[in-house]
Amino acid sequence: MKADETLDCVGLYCPMPIVHTARKMKELKSGQVLEILSDDEGIKEDMPNWCKTTGNECVKIDQDKGIYRVFVKKSG
Amino acid sequence: MAENEKMTIIVFSGEMDRVLAAFNLAIGGATAGMDVTMFFTFWGLNVLKKNEGSIKSKGIMRKMLNMMNRGGAKRLPLSKFHMMGMGKWMMQKLMKDINFPPVEELMATAKEFGVKFVACTTTIGMMGLSKSDFIPEVDSFAGVATYMAIAKESKVNLFI
Repeated sequence: MKADETLDCVGLYCPMPIVHTARKMKELKSGQVLEILSDDEGIKEDMPNWCKTTGNECVKIDQDKGIYRVFVKKSG
Repeated sequence: MAENEKMTIIVFSGEMDRVLAAFNLAIGGATAGMDVTMFFTFWGLNVLKKNEGSIKSKGIMRKMLNMMNRGGAKRLPLSKFHMMGMGKWMMQKLMKDINFPPVEELMATAKEFGVKFVACTTTIGMMGLSKSDFIPEVDSFAGVATYMAIAKESKVNLFI
């Protein structure tokens, strides 16, 4: 999956990955995809829930060697 | 556009750990698109006091109280294992280890996402404080009626 922008949140814990995501999403246009890298296991619950409350789409979450790659699509 | 959902947090405590939890939750609400209001009362007012300068108040009891209870976001003790600052120092080291921001930074992030800070005027009066003892980030000085007006329209109301 191709992302328009990538955020490296490795080493950060709640609420910081969400803070950085919320900041970045303001800059993106609707339909664009943001990729978030995180090693906080909580992200795989938090990001889908954050997307649910904000109306964005959590497209998918990949995991590779303890790093989660989360793809969030900005809604219109 | 529809009105945003609302959230309130009463910050009664003035300890670093509790206040970190309060700001974490406020930021969680604000980044989820909610209008968040934090009401600081009693010991919680310490969070909003300026870190610099001295606090001038009248009367021996208030002078003593404000000396022992100086406040300022950088001076908040831990609720447990403070150990005259030793425990707090260690906790701050652990926070740094995981890149967790200190209270002042979380406050700035909360502000960035539009969280409102309200300071309780009753406590200010009782403790002999004045508006100039507080940081400019305070949005308003008010009481319970203001809190209730917002709380009854809010989906999430917390007391910390």
